[in-house]
Amino acid sequence: MEQIEGFAYILGDDINTDDIVPSHTLTMRDPKEMAKFTLEFVDANFVNNIKKGNIIIAGENFGTGSSREEAVNVFKILGIKAIIAKSFARIYFRNLINKGIPGITLDWDDKMFSNEDQIEISLQRGEIVNLTKKKKVNFVKIPEFLTNILKEGGILNQLKKKLYN
Amino acid sequence: MYHTVAEKILLKHAPGMKELAPGQFIECRIDLIMVHEQLGGRIHVEYEKLGLDRVWDPEKIFFILDHWIPAPTINAAQMHQDCREFAKKYNFIHDMGINKGICHQVLPEMGFARPGMLIVGSDSHTTTYGAFNCLSTGIGATDVSVVFATGNLWFKVPESFKISLSGELSKGVMSKDLVLKLIGDLTTKGAIYKSLEFHGADCLSIDSRMTVSNMVVEAGAKFGVFLPDKTLEKWLEHRTKEPYQIVMPDKEAIYEKTMEYDLSELEPVVAKPSSPGNLDSIKNVEGIEIDQAFLGSCTNGRMEDLQIAAKILKGKTVNPKTRLIITPASQEIYEQALNKGLIEIFIKAGAVFTHSTCGACIGGHLGVLGEEETCVSSTNRNFVGRMGAPSSKVYLASPATVAASALHGKITDPREVL
Ligand code: SF4
Repeated sequence: MEQIEGFAYILGDDINTDDIVPSHTLTMRDPKEMAKFTLEFVDANFVNNIKKGNIIIAGENFGTGSSREEAVNVFKILGIKAIIAKSFARIYFRNLINKGIPGITLDWDDKMFSNEDQIEISLQRGEIVNLTKKKKVNFVKIPEFLTNILKEGGILNQLKKKLYN
Repeated sequence: MYHTVAEKILLKHAPGMKELAPGQFIECRIDLIMVHEQLGGRIHVEYEKLGLDRVWDPEKIFFILDHWIPAPTINAAQMHQDCREFAKKYNFIHDMGINKGICHQVLPEMGFARPGMLIVGSDSHTTTYGAFNCLSTGIGATDVSVVFATGNLWFKVPESFKISLSGELSKGVMSKDLVLKLIGDLTTKGAIYKSLEFHGADCLSIDSRMTVSNMVVEAGAKFGVFLPDKTLEKWLEHRTKEPYQIVMPDKEAIYEKTMEYDLSELEPVVAKPSSPGNLDSIKNVEGIEIDQAFLGSCTNGRMEDLQIAAKILKGKTVNPKTRLIITPASQEIYEQALNKGLIEIFIKAGAVFTHSTCGACIGGHLGVLGEEETCVSSTNRNFVGRMGAPSSKVYLASPATVAASALHGKITDPREVL
């Protein structure tokens, strides 16, 4: 968990939960089926373009809108390992951490990241290395309270340990 | 130390803690949790992972079906079945079924939201109960599972913004105009993680306050809490016999920011497609032709909203190019509207009056928009595709503006018809 590697996929500002999981898919019972519609109205090629292990790099207010956790789940299903954004909506950030996906807040620009750049993230050092661009940047480290949840692979795993130990 | 309302209520719910400050992570006891269709969506899947055969306290769970009721599709019907099965298995007591209305209206109507409480819900607009001087906010399915299992949840203590109100709203201007203006001023990210604390709202009705608390989340806020007053106490008298303690901030409490609004200076506004923060004055959008006008949702489907619409529509007919759909926020409001003769006014004006559900607000049923259609709506979100086809356009506005626009078939300043 402490070291994450992947390829950048750039998204814009104000990507909302209705964008990520369109309302019409919400009553689908199969999460994999739902994931096929991820961001369909915003980036029609997203599902085809995203490769396993990708790291989303987004703008301001990522995940604004509904509390629907499906908006984290679909990314998990699609193999997203971390999301870097200029800012996160509150519920979305909680859902990410609770599901064991690091959400990193960083004010970045296109000199720092482009699509498909190879990225390395160290949560412990609060450092992102762009191997493609040979650049390094620091971010405000995720507080320990939350990295403890990430280390367990999500809050339910952490809770299970507490309940059954 | 001196505290804001949010800090006081969180501290009261954090066992063993004597002090707290913004930025700190704490564990709190939850007084009540609201769940709706999400129970059959993600929640049951997550909760089953814990392998528990009970929930922490079935008394403290409020369960309602409201988004797709009665089920318009087989998928929705199956989701409801999953919900009911779960509710039965874990002995839920407060099971509201499908015939009460929208969660955020029904829960306070039944006296479940009281001053000083800490409430969470599987819906982002859970902030609505802040109108009742309590803290309430939305959480995802995993957080719900944690609360179901333990009754506790982690919080980050938020900074507070003080929103000072004064004066009275003028004719044709509603609290929806206030909150749209506030979101426009703050931007949709301007209050992320913050608790908005509303002072000086004495002139606003409970209905009006609920509209404001409902929409604070569109500026990113975690809470939107009103100070208590006589209006609230009177309201609670009819709704609950449970004891409660009102919560006032300390005079010396620290606010990150203070904003002031003179209600008498406000004018009708809209949020243009496709963001609740895309504020514009009614003057700049007047005359835009509309295919549909929607009055309803947890934001604005209450008695005062229906009353102003009835005032505008009485004895008149909706423009034939426009569909007007009216959905009350609860079945209780439906009944009141029936008894007061409002439904007759609406039907005679050519509106479609539906039972209480989220319906058109979420593009689920009872008023889904087609490609390229334009709608003026009293709801809270106008995201791309929210109310139907991705190319449809939604203007968020007050119930008065919705009714006036339906009358003329184009966006209309309600002050012209009142
Ligand atoms: S009316 Fe709309 S905003 Fe309110 S709970 Fe239902 S879907 Fe959500």
